[in-house]
Amino acid sequence: MLQDIGAIFILWLRDLKRYWYDKPRIVASLGQPLLFLFVLGSALSPSFQGPKGVSFTEFIFPGILCMTILFTSVFSGMSIVWDREFGFLKEVMVAPVSRWAISIGKAFGGASVAFIQGTIMLTLSLFVGVKLSITALLLSLVIMYLIAFAMSSFGIMIAARIKEMEGFQVIVNFLIMPIFFLSGALFPLDHLPAWLTFMTRIDPLTYGVDLLRGTMINVHAFPLTLDLLVITFFAVVMLAIAVIEFNLLD
Amino acid sequence: MQSDEAIKVENLTRRFNGLVAVDSISFSVGHGEIFGFLGPNGAGKTTTINMLCTLLRPTSGIAQVGCCDVSKEPNKVRREIGIIFQDPSLDDRLTADDNLRFHGYLYHMKKEMIEERIPEVLDLVELSDRRREIVKRFSGGMKRRLEIARGLMHRPKILFLDEPTIGLDPQTRVHIWDYILRMRKETGLTIFMTTHYMQEAEVCDRIAIIDHGKIVALDTPAKLKETNGETTLENVFLKLTGRQIRAQSSDTFAPPWRRR
Repeated sequence: MLQDIGAIFILWLRDLKRYWYDKPRIVASLGQPLLFLFVLGSALSPSFQGPKGVSFTEFIFPGILCMTILFTSVFSGMSIVWDREFGFLKEVMVAPVSRWAISIGKAFGGASVAFIQGTIMLTLSLFVGVKLSITALLLSLVIMYLIAFAMSSFGIMIAARIKEMEGFQVIVNFLIMPIFFLSGALFPLDHLPAWLTFMTRIDPLTYGVDLLRGTMINVHAFPLTLDLLVITFFAVVMLAIAVIEFNLLD
Repeated sequence: MQSDEAIKVENLTRRFNGLVAVDSISFSVGHGEIFGFLGPNGAGKTTTINMLCTLLRPTSGIAQVGCCDVSKEPNKVRREIGIIFQDPSLDDRLTADDNLRFHGYLYHMKKEMIEERIPEVLDLVELSDRRREIVKRFSGGMKRRLEIARGLMHRPKILFLDEPTIGLDPQTRVHIWDYILRMRKETGLTIFMTTHYMQEAEVCDRIAIIDHGKIVALDTPAKLKETNGETTLENVFLKLTGRQIRAQSSDTFAPPWRRR
């Protein structure tokens, strides 16, 4: 048990080191969220009828944070596919380490990397007019980690299922992009057509975005307790599936 | 409890969707022995190694490696063995030091022990000056040497080498054999290896030749040559396994944990 904690620690550290060594990627992956935030934000702000007088940029800011976290954490979780392709996973699988420790270490690793990336984005709150109290800031950080953890577990769960790197693009287009677009990161959740209302409600990230938005700018569509419950439930279930799938690997 | 043999295999069998990859093989390897496992592509070498290393569950039969049975107590077996895989298995976006440290943690080594062993094993494979460098920039031979250093990091009792010198130049090959033989002399390491280079196989104390999942010969290199009336191991090998070129079954390309 204690030994497995050592393995969890080192798998977590590995993801952080890989992230830290690859500084160009840190900068590059900020490009897309910045475009969304400033170009889309500025372009649509004049025509946006926001609740409580918030601007469109303010409104989408928590959504853009979730986008950054979503992509970074799912990709980190899915990097297991690369580890398998390039042989490194064998080194881990043949070590005297419990399978559950491998998936948990990986989940924390992916979550932490995404959390750091999200935190870098969060510093932009100073420029978009989102003012956070200390309490709101701390709560936001906790929520961000929770979302990151849920999504990296989700990524691991997918990685255990797809066999080849070719499957990766399919997953991005048909799973990750819809999760982002349907989450209400970029639009309010009321007054939507019925089909879209339905789609947004079954997207787990919807509740993450709502929770973060509620915490940061006090605009939300659901009770925050419900948001918190859904996203926590999702995180636990995804992690459980990831652990079980890893145990089944021969 | 220490058994007389380092590895003991009885009627070990592995099937993939009805196809028999390893067909009821039996053999044992003594402590400190270098045991060569030869055979054409697709003969069942890697499947056997994967079963002995706990990466693949046997369909039937028993394999005892070190202290324990591979199916019953895989984690105890894993502690006692080191493996140099056929394909690279380093994290090439990390440094040599990171890779070794990572390995140390995975094998539950104490921190002081890790600090002590990293310079030792790097010195052994003459990579001390590259310790802080990202592995991506290493040449093929350097990566291989680092993998050997890593495999020896936790002082395994049994070392598995799956074609350890494939794709390396003669200089590097000679070097790698120097390290391995030195390790055996110093620590009494048991070595189980596969190779396609017959000169390398000469180093072995005993050789098993496997074909179509069955062991067709098992003896010392000298005896094998004698009984088959050949002067070289290469000829013994061709005599026993034929001259036809083998196709590797598609199954062996799938990563071991995906094979059912």
